[in-house]
Amino acid sequence: MIFDYDTLRIIWWAFLGLLIIGFAITGGYDLGVGVLLPFLGKTDEERRVILNAVGPTWEGNQVWFVMAGGALFAAWPTVYAVSFSSMYFALLLTLFALFLRPLGFDYRSKMPDQKWRGNWDKALFVGGFVPALVFGIAFGNLLKGIPFQFESDMRIVYFGNLLGLLNPFALLAGLISMSMFIMHGAVYLQIKTVASVARRARKTAIAFTLVTIILFALAGWWITFLDGYHITSAISSNLASNPLAKFVKRGPGLWLDNYGHIPQLWAIPATAFISALCTMIMSRLNRPGSAFIFSCVTIASIILTAGGSLFPFIIPSSISLSSSLTIWDSSSSLVTLNLMFWVTVIFLPLIMIYTSWVFRVFRGKVTVEHIRKNSHKLY
Amino acid sequence: MISDTVVELSRWQFAVTALYHFLFVPLTIGLSVLLAIMESTYVMTGREIYKDMTQFWGKLFGINFALGVTTGLTMEFQFGMNWSYFSHYVGDVFGAPLAIEGLMAFFMESTFVGLFFFGWDRLTRGQHLIITWLVALGSNLSALWILVANGWMQNPVGAEFNYETMRMEVTSFGALIFNPAAQVKFVHTVAAGYTTASSFVLAISAYYMLKGRDSAFSQRSYTIAAGFGLAAVLSVIVLGDESGYTDGEVQKAKLAAIEAEWHTDEPPAAFTVVGFPDQEAMVTHDAIKIPWVLGLIGTRSVDTPIIGLSEILENNRVRIRSGIKAYGLLQRLREGDRDERLITEFESIKKDLGYGLLLKRYTENVVDATDEQIDLAVKNSIPQVAPLFWTFRVMVACGFIMLFVFIVAVIASSIRKCRKNWVFRLSLYTLPLPWIAVETGWFVAEFGRQPWAVAEVLPTFLSASSLSEWDIILSLSGYVFLYTVFLVIEVFLMMKYIRQGPSILHKRRYHFEMDERGG
Ligand code: HDD
Ligand code: HEM
Ligand code: HEM
Repeated sequence: MIFDYDTLRIIWWAFLGLLIIGFAITGGYDLGVGVLLPFLGKTDEERRVILNAVGPTWEGNQVWFVMAGGALFAAWPTVYAVSFSSMYFALLLTLFALFLRPLGFDYRSKMPDQKWRGNWDKALFVGGFVPALVFGIAFGNLLKGIPFQFESDMRIVYFGNLLGLLNPFALLAGLISMSMFIMHGAVYLQIKTVASVARRARKTAIAFTLVTIILFALAGWWITFLDGYHITSAISSNLASNPLAKFVKRGPGLWLDNYGHIPQLWAIPATAFISALCTMIMSRLNRPGSAFIFSCVTIASIILTAGGSLFPFIIPSSISLSSSLTIWDSSSSLVTLNLMFWVTVIFLPLIMIYTSWVFRVFRGKVTVEHIRKNSHKLY
Repeated sequence: MISDTVVELSRWQFAVTALYHFLFVPLTIGLSVLLAIMESTYVMTGREIYKDMTQFWGKLFGINFALGVTTGLTMEFQFGMNWSYFSHYVGDVFGAPLAIEGLMAFFMESTFVGLFFFGWDRLTRGQHLIITWLVALGSNLSALWILVANGWMQNPVGAEFNYETMRMEVTSFGALIFNPAAQVKFVHTVAAGYTTASSFVLAISAYYMLKGRDSAFSQRSYTIAAGFGLAAVLSVIVLGDESGYTDGEVQKAKLAAIEAEWHTDEPPAAFTVVGFPDQEAMVTHDAIKIPWVLGLIGTRSVDTPIIGLSEILENNRVRIRSGIKAYGLLQRLREGDRDERLITEFESIKKDLGYGLLLKRYTENVVDATDEQIDLAVKNSIPQVAPLFWTFRVMVACGFIMLFVFIVAVIASSIRKCRKNWVFRLSLYTLPLPWIAVETGWFVAEFGRQPWAVAEVLPTFLSASSLSEWDIILSLSGYVFLYTVFLVIEVFLMMKYIRQGPSILHKRRYHFEMDERGG
C-alpha cells in the first residue's frame, strides 16, 4: 500500500511523537531515578537497590532517545539539521551528561572503594538531571521560535547563543520536564523497592506530581499571551519540501489557535491534570502499579499538549518567519517516508513485544537481601 | 561564507570522536560472537568451565560495551550538530540506514544485553544462549547498517539530486543496500572486529599461561581465540576490498593514491612496497616495486589497468567545467524559472553539479570562477597521497603479522610440544596490532575520500555547520578532555579485572581464591 504524501507526513509526525513519548515514559524514569539516587538511597546498599531497580533495562530504554534522533534524521532531515546545530551547546551539554550514565551504571559497583562509588553516584545524578532539564528547555524554545534562517543554497545560519536558549519560558518548560521525570522515577521506584526506599519514593512521587501540575498550569497561563506562529498563505501539503514557499505571521496567543478551531483538543491538557491527580492518589494508596500507568498518561498528555499547540509547525523561526519548518515542507521525500513507514510498522511492534518480555523476566522487587546475595553479579 | 578553520576543526572533531568510537566497536562486534561460541559450547557439553569463560569474558565485554555506547551517542547526534548542511543535503538518503540501524540493531543489542548480564538465574540455559546470540546478531547488524550509510558516502548509488528541495533524494533503496562499496566494507570491517576480539582473548589467555595461572581456563580460551582468529584474519586479508573500486571516480582516485599510482601503467600494474610519494612532482622516490602484484590485488585480473592520478585529474577538470554550467542552470531553476529546455539541460549535466560545488571553497559565485580558481580546485580534487600510502601499508603489515601470530597460536594450541613461552609472549605483545590496523584502516577509507564528504556529490568543505571557531574549539576540547578521562578509567578497570582473572567470578575454584582458602 502506498500512502499519499500528505498522509505520510502526518503519520511521520505521529511517529516522531510516539518516539518522543516512548523515550519520556521509559528513559524518563531512568533519568528521574538517576536524579533521586543520592537522595532516596541513604546507604551504599540502598543505592545499589535503586541502581538495580533499573539496571537490566535502562540501556534498552535509552535507545528510544537514540531512535528519536535517527528517525528525525531519516524523516525530517532539515529539522534534524536545524535543531541540532542551533541548539548546539544545549545538546552538547546533554551528551556530556548522558556519557556519565553507561559508565556510572556499569563501573560504579565494580570497585568496593566508597569514594569511587560516591563519585559515580554524583555522575549519575548529573546524567539524569541535565538531560531531564534540557529536554524541556528544548521544547520551550520550539514554542518560542529559534533564531535561524536559510541562506543561498539552503545553508542554515543560526543567530542565537546559549544564553538565548535559557529564556524564562524555556526554563519553565525545563522545570516541567524535570519534575515530571522525577515524579515518574519515584513512582517506578515505589513499584520496584520495599521498606525505607519505597517509603521515601512514595513521598517524593506525591510531591513532584503536585509540582508538575502547578508548573504545567503556569505554562498554560503563560501561553495565552506568549507569541505564537500561524501560516497565512495557502497550505500545499503534497508538494516537494521547500520551507521558503509560505508566509507566516506571529502574534500573542496564536499557539491556542488549534484549540480554538478544534475544542475537543482541550481533552488532552485536561487528561494531563486528571491523570496527574490519579497518580497522586494511587501513590498515596500504595498502589504504585496504577500510579505508574497514570504517570505515563500524564507525561504523554503533557507532550501532546505542546505538540497540539505547535502543529503544523515543528521549528518556527523567530527571525525569518517564512524559514519556519512545518510538517508540510521539511520532510523527506515520498519514497523515503514510505519506505521508513514500512520498516517502522514491522519493527516497532516487534521491539515492544520483546521489550515487554524482558520487563516480565525482571518483574518483582529488588531488596537489600537480593543485593547481598548477588553482590558480585549486580550493579 | 564558512571559513577554512571551522571546516578543519569540524573535521578534527569528527575524526577524533569517530576513531575513538572505533576503539570499542570492533571489540564489541567480535567479543559478542566469541561469547556466543563459548556459551554454545557450554550448553552442548554442559561443562561449567565454559560458563565461567562466558561470564568472565562477558565482564570484560561489559566494561568495553559501556564506552561503545557512550561514544556512539556522540556519533548519532554529531551529524546534525556539526554537519548540518550535510544532514540537510543527504539526510533523505543517509538518514534511512541510520534509522533502520536503530530499529533493527540498537534496540535488540541494548535490550538483550541486560538479560545477558543479569538473566543467568532467571532464564533456562537455552533461553540465555539465545539471548547471547541475539546480542551478537544485534551488534553485527548495527555494523551492517552503519556501513551501508558509510558505503553510500564512498559510492553514492540509488539517489538523485532534486532542484526543488536542493538535496539528494532516494531513487532506489535496493541499489543503496546492495551497493558493492557497502558490501565489501561490511565483510572487511566485521572480520576486522572478529580479529580484534580474538587477539584480545588470545593475548590475555597467553598472559595467564605465562603466569601459570588457571591453566584449564586459559588454555581453552586460547584455543578458541586462536582458531576463530585465524579464520577471521584470513577473511580480512582474502575477502579484502575488491569490487569496491569498480565504480566511481573517487574510489579510483583513492586506490591510485593508496598505491601512489601517478600515471596509468600497462596492466598488470606493479606494487610499490615502500617509497616516498611526492605530490608536487607526481613521482615516488626510492620506490621498491614488485611487478604484477598491484594489478592482481586491485583488479583481480592481469589485463585491467589501474587508472593513474594524472588521468583522474584531467577527468576532474572536465567535470568541474561542466559542474560550473550545472550550477549556473541550478540558480535559474531556484529562482523559479521552469522552462522545459532549461530542465532538460540541467538534468543532463547535474551529475557534475558536485564538481561545480568544489569551487565554492574559492569563490562564492561559482559561475564566474577564474582559471586559477579552477586550477586550484582541480589540484585539490584528489586526496593527499603520502598519508594514505603509509597508513595503508601499516594496516597491511599489521594484517600479515597477525596472520603469523594466529598460525603460530593454532599450532601451539593443537600440539602440546609447541607451547613455548615465546609463543605466548608473541601473542601478548602483539595485542595493540588490531587496533592500529582498524584505526589506520578508517583513516585510509575516510581520508582517501577527500575532498568529498559524499563522493562526487557534496564537498566536505560545504558540509559543515555554520558554527563559529570558538564553538568548535570548546566542544572539541570538551570531547578530548572527557574521552581522555574515560579512557584512563576504562583501562584502569580492564587491567584490574584482567589481573584478577576468573577469580572475580567468586566461583571458589580459581587462582586467587585458592590462595585465600589455602593461606
Ligand atoms: C562497524 C561498526 C560500527 C560503526 C562504523 C559505527 N558503529 Fe556505532 N556502534 C556499533 C558499531 C558501529 C556497535 C558495535 O553496535 C556499538 C558499539 C558498542 C555498542 O554498544 O554498540 C555501537 C554503539 C553505537 C550507539 C549506541 C547504541 C546504544 O545505545 O546501544 C550509537 C548511537 C551509535 N553507535 C551510532 C553510530 C554512528 C552514528 C556511527 C557513524 C558515524 C557509528 N555508530 C559508527
Ligand atoms: C556512517 C559513518 C560515517 C560517516 C557518515 C562519516 C563521515 C565523515 C565526515 C562527514 C567526515 C568529515 C569530513 C572529512 O574530513 O572527511 C569524516 C572524517 C573522518 N572519519 Fe568518517 N564517517 C563515518 C564513519 C567513520 C568511522 C566509524 C570512522 C572510524 C572510526 C571514521 C573515520 C574518519 C576519519 C579518520 C576522518 C578524518 C578524515 C579527515 O579529516 O580527512 N569515519 N567522516
Ligand atoms: C592485509 C591485508 C589488508 C588489506 C589488503 C586491506 C585493505 C583495505 C582497504 C583498501 C581499505 C580501504 C577501504 C575503502 O575505503 O575503500 C581498508 C579499510 C579498512 N581496514 Fe583493511 N586491509 C587489510 C588488513 C586489515 C586488518 C588486519 C584490519 C583490522 C584488523 C583492517 C581493518 C580495516 C578497517 C576497520 C577499515 C575501514 C573500513 C572499510 O573501509 O572497510 N584491515 N582495508
